[in-house]
Amino acid sequence: MKVVIMGCGRVGAHLAALLDSEGHSVAVLDTDAYSFRRLPPDFNGTALLGNGIDEEALKRAGIEEADIFVALTQGDNRNVMAAQIAKHIFNVPRVVCRIYDPLRQELYSTLGLEAFSPTTIFAQMLKGKLLS
Amino acid sequence: MYIIIIGGGRVGYYLTKALLDEGHEVLIVEKNATVCEVITEQMGSVCFRGDGCEAATLAEIGTGRADMLIAVTGDDEDNLVACQVAKHKFNVPRTIARIRNPQNEPIFKKLGIDVTVSATNIILEHIEEEVPTHPLIHLLTIRDKGLEIVEVKISPDSTTVGKAVKELPLPEGSTLSLLLRKRQKPIIPRASTILQAEDRIIAVTTPESEAALRTALTGI
Repeated sequence: MKVVIMGCGRVGAHLAALLDSEGHSVAVLDTDAYSFRRLPPDFNGTALLGNGIDEEALKRAGIEEADIFVALTQGDNRNVMAAQIAKHIFNVPRVVCRIYDPLRQELYSTLGLEAFSPTTIFAQMLKGKLLS
Repeated sequence: MYIIIIGGGRVGYYLTKALLDEGHEVLIVEKNATVCEVITEQMGSVCFRGDGCEAATLAEIGTGRADMLIAVTGDDEDNLVACQVAKHKFNVPRTIARIRNPQNEPIFKKLGIDVTVSATNIILEHIEEEVPTHPLIHLLTIRDKGLEIVEVKISPDSTTVGKAVKELPLPEGSTLSLLLRKRQKPIIPRASTILQAEDRIIAVTTPESEAALRTALTGI
């Protein structure tokens, strides 16, 4: 499958490496070339310098043929905007986005975005561990 | 009206000033404490410190009863989210977003923002108007009808000089509204009106047939 990942932080790079090692075609976008150091040396995908809320950069990353788009930058709003561009402008079949703020995550989930809040997930997981 | 402004930068500051002068109830939401203090010092308690993209902040300032929310921060994505949260969570009837990157204009439209204002586009249009060689100028956009009012200049080398309006292959949906001619009162163009060099024609058209209209009027 063709996957475009926006944001080459720890999670982005790790996800890119996992998908790549399973033979998927992966393109990673980041605004800082230094972030690409996180990709493993044997990474076969593409690493592209560019902003994921810019249509041109997304096109260069191959969003028009992508099956999956994942927004994983540090900025909730940037993720939200990029995810909506991928979903509503480029009609990517599966769009997933990270939103740290639980309230915003709730809102955008009701608006039809597949959004995850690491804050909620991690807090719930911790609570489960602590009280088990 | 109760108007909420997101972003206390230069645009937010002067916008608030103007809206207060008009007698509206205005509240600025600004993240930066120092900026907040300066605004409060100069305009009174019209500034709330917080993140305007957060639903919790917007709930606290009574966004539910706001008539309008205007997002004028320097980041397009923040303006988009502030407007969407206001619209979908608090049912604010009208949301306006400032846009830095003109490419984002159609995207914001598609994502449900009522009005977008792109400073870059406004500056470009104004400069365009001052460039005398440019044959077609945008005067006004009627957004909800998908129409625009444009001005087309008939240069001396236009092949349409000396032709009557009825001979011109005007695209469907375009209407010639007014003809401006030097040292004459404005003329309402009729089928028999003959075009002269240096005429300026004000027309109503759609963005799609803009190029066809220009070609029909100038022959170029």
